[in-house]
Amino acid sequence: MQINDSIYIFFTYPKGCKEMINQLSWKVGGQQGEGIESTGEIFAIALNRLGYYLYGYRHFSSRIKGGHTNNKIRVSTTEVRSISDDLDILVAFDQETIDVNYKELHRGGVILADAKFAPKKPEDTEASLYAVPFTEIATELGTSLMKNMVAIGATSAVLDLDIHVFEEVVREIFGKKGDKVVAKNMDAIKAGFDYMKDKMDADVPTMVLEKADGKRRMFMIGNDAIALGALAAGCRFMAAYPITPASDIMEYLIKKLPALGGTVIQTEDEIAACTMTIGASYGGVRAITASSGPGLSLKMEAIGLAGITETPLVIVDTQRGGPSTGLPTKQEQSDLMAMIYGTHGEIPKIVLAPSTVQEAFYDTAEAFNLAEEYQCPVIVLSDLQLSLGKQTVEPLDVSKVEIRRGKLVTEELPEIENKGYFKRYEVTEDGISPRTIPGMKNGIHHVTGVEHAETGKPSESSANRIAQMDKRFRKVENIRFNTPVYKNAPHEDPDLLIVGFNSTRGAIEEAMVRLENDGMKVNHAQIRLIHPFPTDEVLPLVRSAKKVIVVENNATGQLANIMKMNVGFAEKITKYVKYDGNPFLPHEVHSKCKELF
Amino acid sequence: MATFKDFRNDVKPNWCPGCGDFSVQAAMQRAAANVGLQPENLAVISGIGCSGRISGYINSYGFHGIHGRSLPIAQGVKMANRDLTVIASGGDGDGYAIGMGHTVHAIRRNVDITYIVMDNQIYGLTKGQTSPRSAVGFKTKSTPMGSIEQSISPMELALTVGATFVAQSFSTDLKDLTALIEAGIKHKGFSLINVFSPCVTYNKVNTYDWFKENLTKLNNVEDYDPSNREMAMQTLMKHNGLVTGLIYQNTERPSYQELLTGYSEEPLVDAELNLDQAHFDKLVAEFM
Ligand SMILES: Cc1ncc(C[n+]2csc(CCOP(=O)(O)OP(=O)(O)O)c2C)c(N)n1
Ligand code: SF4
Ligand SMILES: [Mg+2]
Repeated sequence: MQINDSIYIFFTYPKGCKEMINQLSWKVGGQQGEGIESTGEIFAIALNRLGYYLYGYRHFSSRIKGGHTNNKIRVSTTEVRSISDDLDILVAFDQETIDVNYKELHRGGVILADAKFAPKKPEDTEASLYAVPFTEIATELGTSLMKNMVAIGATSAVLDLDIHVFEEVVREIFGKKGDKVVAKNMDAIKAGFDYMKDKMDADVPTMVLEKADGKRRMFMIGNDAIALGALAAGCRFMAAYPITPASDIMEYLIKKLPALGGTVIQTEDEIAACTMTIGASYGGVRAITASSGPGLSLKMEAIGLAGITETPLVIVDTQRGGPSTGLPTKQEQSDLMAMIYGTHGEIPKIVLAPSTVQEAFYDTAEAFNLAEEYQCPVIVLSDLQLSLGKQTVEPLDVSKVEIRRGKLVTEELPEIENKGYFKRYEVTEDGISPRTIPGMKNGIHHVTGVEHAETGKPSESSANRIAQMDKRFRKVENIRFNTPVYKNAPHEDPDLLIVGFNSTRGAIEEAMVRLENDGMKVNHAQIRLIHPFPTDEVLPLVRSAKKVIVVENNATGQLANIMKMNVGFAEKITKYVKYDGNPFLPHEVHSKCKELF
Repeated sequence: MATFKDFRNDVKPNWCPGCGDFSVQAAMQRAAANVGLQPENLAVISGIGCSGRISGYINSYGFHGIHGRSLPIAQGVKMANRDLTVIASGGDGDGYAIGMGHTVHAIRRNVDITYIVMDNQIYGLTKGQTSPRSAVGFKTKSTPMGSIEQSISPMELALTVGATFVAQSFSTDLKDLTALIEAGIKHKGFSLINVFSPCVTYNKVNTYDWFKENLTKLNNVEDYDPSNREMAMQTLMKHNGLVTGLIYQNTERPSYQELLTGYSEEPLVDAELNLDQAHFDKLVAEFM
C-alpha cells in the first residue's frame, strides 16, 4: 500500500502542537481472542454516546483464537460511511499489529504499544511510538485481562478525553460482576490515562476532538438493521443455518421473536432453511431466511419453487468472498449475477441492494411487502462491509414502515360448485392472482412446482404454459419501489458518473467530494433496485455523463455488465473492480477516477 | 362432519393400475375424515416421485414441492399455523435418499406433523433405478449387476434418532393403515409411517405376494409393547424390519412446539403484524 503523499490526508499534526480535529481514525489490533473486539466496542460506544458518528470495520479471519485481528474505528462529527484512508492512533498488543498496519499511519500518527513485547518502530515511518506497560499496569491492578482498559486510558490521554465518558459503558458491561469489578476497570483506564499524560511531552501531538452534538444515536451493524426491519414488517418466523457474515440476523431474531410469539428454527442446512421459509410463508406468516453465498447456492432450487408456485419469499444474501468457501470473512460483491439469474428456468424475482444501514432497515421491511404483492422471491442483497461494519445510524422511523399484503384474500369466499378448486393462479391483467392460505374455507387449491393451470392442477398444454409464464412475468413489469436509485446528481452535464451498489456508497461519496474539490463535475448513483433493473432511472444519468465508472468489489465487473446490457453506452462505461477481500478506500476511488481524465 | 368422500377431488391419478399408492391415498382420506377434519384444515405436503403426486389427489390444501424437501416445507406450514393438520408424504427415494437429512432432523425436532413414506424399494417416476431401500443384489437399471450397497432400515434409524412415533404398514391393509394414520395425526409430535406400497411396473421382486409372505403383524407378536424402545429395536432386527403395526410410541416427550419458549398459543398466522411504537423504541434503545 502506498499511502503517503499521493493521497488525501485529512490531518497532519505539526509536532508539539494541540490540534483541533473533527475526525479521528483509531485502530486496535492483536491476536484473535485477546479481547480486541471488546476494546474497540467500549471505545466506540462511549464516543457514540457523546454524539460522534462512528464507523467501525473489523478485520478478522475465520478462526476463533489466534491470527491477527484488528478493529478500525473512525470517529467524526459528521456522518461517515467508509473506512478512512489513514490512521491517527494505532493501539498494538503485538508486533504483528505494528508491522501489518503502520503504513496507514500518517506522519503525525501515534502508536501505543504494549511494552510487554518490546515493540519496535519500523524505520520508514514518521509516526511516534510509545511503549506503554498495558499488561504490567493491568496485572498490578489485579488481572492482565484489563490491559484493554489501560489502552483505552492511554488513548484518552492522547485525545485529551475525559475518562468519565467510559464509566457508563464499563458499568453496563461489568455491572453484573459487581461494583468492585466496575471500579477496578475504571482504575485501569485511569492508570493508563495517568501513565500516558505523564509520559507525554511536547513531542506527542495531542489531537483534541471537536465537541460532538451530544445526541444519542443508534450504533449498529447492517445485520441488526436487517433483523429490525424484518420485525417491523411483521416477520414472525425465520429458518436459517449459521454462516458468516449472516448469522447475526438469526441470532438477533432468536432473542426478539419469542416476545412476539414467533420463533427461529436453526435447520439442518440451507435447503431446509429455504423450503421451511417457503412452507411458513405459504402458511400465511411473514417469514425470512438469511445466508451468504454458499447457502444461497444451496437455496437455488427452492427459489425456483417459490417462483413457479408464486409463494412470497424473503431471502437475505450477505455477500462475502467467493467462490466456494473463498474469503469467508472478507468483503466482496460477487453474487450479483447469481442472485439475479440463479435457479434453473425463468422466474420473476426482485433483488434489492440497500447502500446504508438505514436503507437496510427500510428495504428489508419493504421486501416483505414486495414479496406478498408480487408473490415472488425477493432477495435483499447486502455485503460483508454493510452487514458487519458497526456505525452510528440516524433514527429509524417505524411509522414509515407500511404493511401491504397484496392480493391476500381476507373476505369470506363463496362456495365453489362441485368441489372445484379456487383459482389461485387466475390469469389476470396485472398477472397477480388472489391468494388464499391453508385454513381458509373455499380457498382450496393445489400448489405445485409442475407447470399448472389456474387452479394449480398440473397442465402441460402449450396454451396454458404460455398463459402462466406470461402472467408470472407480467407481475414485475411495473414494479413499484420507492427509490430504485440513490442519486446525488447535481450536474446536468457531468464529466463523470460514479455508480455502485451496497456498501461502496461511503467511499464513493468521499471520493466525489474530493473530485469536486479538484474541479471535476461528478454525479453519483447507487443502485438500490438491482432487478428488475431500473433502466428508466439510470439511462438519463448515463446519457448525460461524459464517462461512467462502475465501482464494485468483484473481479468481472458484474454491475458494469448489467448496466451495459440494460442501458447500453458500453463505450462510456469503465469498470473499477477490487477483489482482494478489502473494501474500497475513498482515496482509491478518487485516484482511479482521476486516471480516467 | 366431513366424510372421506369430501376429501376426494376430481383429479384422476396417473398412477399405473395396481400401484400401491392408490390405497395410501384412500387411507389418508379415510383417516382425515375419521379424526374429524374439514378439508380446509388439512395440508398435504408432498415430494417428487410417483408417490409425490398424492397431494394433488386429495381435496385439501396441497403443496407438491421439490424432490426430497416435503418435510421442511411441512414443518414451516405447521409452524405458521398450529391449528392445521399437516401431513408430509413422498417416496423412499424422496425421504431416505435425497431428503434423508431432513428426515433425520425432522424426527429429532419432533414438530407435530405426520410423515407417510410410500416405500416401493425403487425409483418409480424415473423408471426403475435403485433406491436406498433396495436390497443387496437387487437388479435395476442403475444396478445391472445387482445393488452392492446396504439398504437402509428406516424404522431402526428412526428409533436411534429419538423418534416418538414409528409405524409401518402395507398398502393393502387399508383398515390397519387408516388406523395408524389416525394415530399418527393424533400423536403430539412427529409421526413416521413407512408404508410398503408396491410398484407393479418396476419392482418385480418386492411384489404384493412377496410382502404377504414376508410381513409379520405386530398384533400377532405375543406381548409386544410399543412403548418399549428396546423391544421395538429387537423385534425389528429379528424380523429384518419386515413388521407392520405401531412399532414405537413415546407419549411423554412434548412436541417441539410445546417446548418452544414464547411460541404463540394462537396460530402464528393470526398474529398482529404491526410492531407498536413502544416495542420498537425498546428495541432501538438497546443500540444506543
Ligand atoms: C433434484 C432432483 N433430482 C432428481 C430428480 C429426478 N427424480 C424425480 S423422482 C425421483 C425418484 C423417485 O423415487 P421415489 O422417491 O422412491 O418415488 P417413487 O416414484 O418411487 O414413488 C428422481 C430421482 C428430481 N426431480 N429432482
Ligand atoms: S411406476 Fe410404479 S410407483 Fe410409479 S405409478 Fe407405476 S406402479 Fe406406481
Ligand atoms: Mg420409490
